[in-house]
Amino acid sequence: MASPSVRAPGRVGRRDDTRLALLFILPASIGLVAFYFWPLVRGIWLSFTSWDLLSPAEFVGLENYRAMAADPVFWNAVRVTLLYVVINIGLQTVVALVIAVLMQRLSRSTLLRSLVLAPYLVSNVVAALVFLWILDYQLGIGNQVLEWVGLDRIGFFTSEAWAIPTIAVVNVWRHMGYTALLIFAGLQAIPPTTYEAARVDGASEVRTFFGITLPLLRPILGLVLIISVIGSFQVFDTVAVTTNGGPVDASRVLQLYIYDKAFGQFDFGYASALSVAMLLILVVVTFFQYRMTRAGQTDLN
Amino acid sequence: MTETTTAPAAPTTVPAPDTPRAAPPRRRRRRVSPGRVLAWAVMILLLLVTLFPFYWMLRTALSSNGALYANSTSLLPVDFSWGGFERVFGLQSTEEAIAQGGSGASIDFWLYLRNSVVVATVVTACQVFFSAMAAYAFSRLRWRGRNVVFGVFLLSLMVPVIFTLLPNFLLVRELGLVDTLLGIMLPGLFMTPFAIFFLRQFFMNVSTEVEEAALIDGASKVRVFFAIIIPMSVGPIATISILTYIGSWNDYFWPLMVSYTDDSRVLTVALGNFNAQTPQTGPDWAGLMAATLVAALPMILLFLVFARRIVNSIGFSGIK
Repeated sequence: MASPSVRAPGRVGRRDDTRLALLFILPASIGLVAFYFWPLVRGIWLSFTSWDLLSPAEFVGLENYRAMAADPVFWNAVRVTLLYVVINIGLQTVVALVIAVLMQRLSRSTLLRSLVLAPYLVSNVVAALVFLWILDYQLGIGNQVLEWVGLDRIGFFTSEAWAIPTIAVVNVWRHMGYTALLIFAGLQAIPPTTYEAARVDGASEVRTFFGITLPLLRPILGLVLIISVIGSFQVFDTVAVTTNGGPVDASRVLQLYIYDKAFGQFDFGYASALSVAMLLILVVVTFFQYRMTRAGQTDLN
Repeated sequence: MTETTTAPAAPTTVPAPDTPRAAPPRRRRRRVSPGRVLAWAVMILLLLVTLFPFYWMLRTALSSNGALYANSTSLLPVDFSWGGFERVFGLQSTEEAIAQGGSGASIDFWLYLRNSVVVATVVTACQVFFSAMAAYAFSRLRWRGRNVVFGVFLLSLMVPVIFTLLPNFLLVRELGLVDTLLGIMLPGLFMTPFAIFFLRQFFMNVSTEVEEAALIDGASKVRVFFAIIIPMSVGPIATISILTYIGSWNDYFWPLMVSYTDDSRVLTVALGNFNAQTPQTGPDWAGLMAATLVAALPMILLFLVFARRIVNSIGFSGIK
């Protein structure tokens, strides 16, 4: 059982620590089982039941999934969520990449990086409220500026066409600095000699970026994308605070629909089925992203 | 050896004048090229976009509601007033508040603030401590099955937190903890996989020599944890604590599920309710912006103190 105490140099304390180790991982294990694995199992189980919290859960087989497949609000929620993710991730990645490259070329001062990160410190709720005010139809400075420029006012949070793009941009504002710092860290990992080589060969800035920086950044960019896409799919706070899904269902993202079903209509079985659908979407998206970006495989050797 | 002339190790070298945009960013003196000016212009524009909302919060919070309607574009506070902050902290009478465009509803801001502080502090302290214990077991203790168990912990990274919320709510409900601070804190108290991996990475790199010396002196492994590993990892522990604190402070969805009354309402949930209680005359923007500012202030202060640590930690924490 216990390994004999070999007194090799550098291995003085070598003995079996099993009991102590079990003690040390006990609290974390409770958390792991009770709040990660058990909810996973339970959530999947509940999706096969009908449950309103009052009467006992009743097994209904695939009934929830059948209802879901025929539920136009669900499909709309999927569409709206995907639209949100595409706008949010597309814009955020481009802006963050620009910020990261600019920071690398211009200045590495901590002050600059701190300022860039500042929006990440406030909660989604605060960000949502500030933009609710800035983009208010009547009084918001955003709409006043539009009027100055000679454009029509836009109901950013109140028109069906604008609600999702607006919410996507608000969350870009909050997360672009954070994403930029992740990419910035990736840029630091590219050895300066590669740039030197390109320069000696007379490559232009643009060509260096597309020919060297971007390809070498790919593994990191892939990881950053996976992290931010998973986060993006889970959008809730901003929508709940600004539009609450409206107008009509124009911004009813999947999470909000799940929340409504569970806490508005106490249909926990159906809400769980929706959550499982969300989980499956995340698994599929992550898988394909991983394959496509070949995240984690570096070209740097 | 292509970098002999531009090695960053010799920052005082006068740059070769014939390579206008070709130098590592460490250079002391450099030609101002059009490209560089353009780059700075873009950067400054992005910074303006980043920082303007903060300024607008402050400007609105220091204005009075009546004047906001008439001067919605003035860049300075209009009709300067502390009214917004006074309403937030309940320093105005109901009549006074309504007259100034507030809802007049008594908002117990101090209570929400206290709840937020309690939740974020307890969650951070417990989560980081328990995660550190597990990280110690996974990095410094020798026991059978260590790698297997660690692999099981790794799996939990694959479970999206959002999926666990609904079942976790049911569990908290069964424990009778709905609408309590403990209910809000419970799922975060024990660990996050991220904290364990983050700390394990650092614990593995703590030099074994001090530890061995202590063990020879008869110290126990428990003592090694408290007297050597923790003190030698103060930096990473502080980093993960700050990140946890910020995350916990800003959390909205989970507390929204669990809290129903003021007893357990945290700041984010209280702010989120704002839309529901808009007064007849239109939103109390000054009061609301004052409230968001006060809610964000603790994080801003934390950031001012630890900016360098937070900023530098983000690179590897996200990737490694």
